[in-house]
Amino acid sequence: MDYTFKETSMTKKVATKKPKGKSTPKKVVKKIATKKTDPKTQIIDSLLELIRVTSTVVPDDVAKTLMKARAQEEKNTTASYAMDIINDNMELAKFKSQPLCQDTGTVIFFIYHPPGFFQNAFKELIKKAVVKATQKGYLRQNSVNSLTGENAGTNLGEGHPSIHFYETNKKEVEVKLVLKGGGCENVSAQYSLPDTALGAGRDLEGVRKVVIDSVYKAQGKGCGPGALGVCIGGDRADSSYNAKKQLLRKLDDKNPIPELAKLENEIVETCNKLGIGPMGFGGKTTLLSCKMTHANRVPASFFVSISYMCWAFRRQGLVLDAKKNTIKKWLY
Amino acid sequence: MKRLSYPFSAEAVRELKVGDMVLITGKLFTGRDAVHKYLHEGNKSPVNLKNQIIYHCGPVTLKDKKTGKWTVTAAGPTTSIREEPYQWEVIRDHGIVGVIGKGGMGQKTLDACKQYGCVYFHAVGGAAQVLAEKIKSVDGLYLEEFGLPEAIWELTVEDFPVVVTMDSHGNSLHKEVEASSKEILSKVL
Repeated sequence: MDYTFKETSMTKKVATKKPKGKSTPKKVVKKIATKKTDPKTQIIDSLLELIRVTSTVVPDDVAKTLMKARAQEEKNTTASYAMDIINDNMELAKFKSQPLCQDTGTVIFFIYHPPGFFQNAFKELIKKAVVKATQKGYLRQNSVNSLTGENAGTNLGEGHPSIHFYETNKKEVEVKLVLKGGGCENVSAQYSLPDTALGAGRDLEGVRKVVIDSVYKAQGKGCGPGALGVCIGGDRADSSYNAKKQLLRKLDDKNPIPELAKLENEIVETCNKLGIGPMGFGGKTTLLSCKMTHANRVPASFFVSISYMCWAFRRQGLVLDAKKNTIKKWLY
Repeated sequence: MKRLSYPFSAEAVRELKVGDMVLITGKLFTGRDAVHKYLHEGNKSPVNLKNQIIYHCGPVTLKDKKTGKWTVTAAGPTTSIREEPYQWEVIRDHGIVGVIGKGGMGQKTLDACKQYGCVYFHAVGGAAQVLAEKIKSVDGLYLEEFGLPEAIWELTVEDFPVVVTMDSHGNSLHKEVEASSKEILSKVL
């Protein structure tokens, strides 16, 4: 069966609704069924649920890592107090189905779709889901016109939401969503190697130095303990984007490139020696994870981009059922 | 655990020291980037901020369509350092005795805290639900034209949990942690 969100199949469905006069019981049943599974409405509903879950529930891999960190902090310290409040907050947000953090962030969609997919039509459905999610309070009125300062209150506007499409060979559509708060985005960084002040050259050792420096510079301002996505190389724009995309990886996965896997662990270990701790109160866990990738560069440039994610790591994804457009599976 | 209750005063906050975990009960006024810029430009505050606490927060708010009443559904702190150019002036000119935010602030604010009797309280960033639970009522909305997250919300809170990270005696936990982590950084780089 075709994807119901394709224009062709949408048209088909509408056509079946039209003949109203016939009254055989079979037809009636079919009509009801068609109404229930109106593809556009169903897709919007599924996307709305994706936004709700992303905004209100930390994915399992993050929750596990946070709980480990909580257990490590010394009792009766401000660090352990902060981790207790973080824990309570995760429970409460899930229970009340309300945003983990009031800064519901930049809304970033990643869509992985089969060939022949109607990207523009899907974009419109995403926008509708975003407006609905804002009305329901899953998202704050968070989109501001950079020229006029105007906040339309819908989370729509130039560049918002941020939507990225990828064609795959899979038969189903996967939708991933990251909500990236402003506090952690503000401490994200980009370095150009060599960096004389840090003594960081154009090699993995240089990369290690600048990444650790970025965590030091962030202190508690990015709502740590945080998690990093890093890209080595690329031009300035792609490098930042690829760093951010690393946030889609589960915290407990392993980088298939051995050098990077090693470097990721080393960075986490070293950063946790800095003593910055939860919220910058001082403590044992400063960094939860570091995920790295690389992209080719031109000989003259060597950028290292670091995307810092706060502890309220809002990332979720789903597989849309190819026939019904309902949520077939959660990805995290 | 210490308690700070309304009405607040410079004398009461002078008692607090860096590292104190405090539960605040009483009134808070939210104010973030737009409000601070507005006050810095010399505009009159729509509310009297004398002996009040400013909360760096842009909450998620919902209006009941029938009653017109507002509720705050998520209300964690926003990064405070962006207000560093303005905060000392707001402390001096408006007589606030507390600032709640996250990430800490700089020397200008620390000096103003010492001079005028004000404390910086750190709330747990991202803990928007735990903190919203402590809001017992929404009592006012001012400067709505800045957009709802940027407006001034007058809130009554009960047992609002914070940590003193900058006190009125010139101490700053942020300065300490930055210095100690810098020393470690120099060894690991």
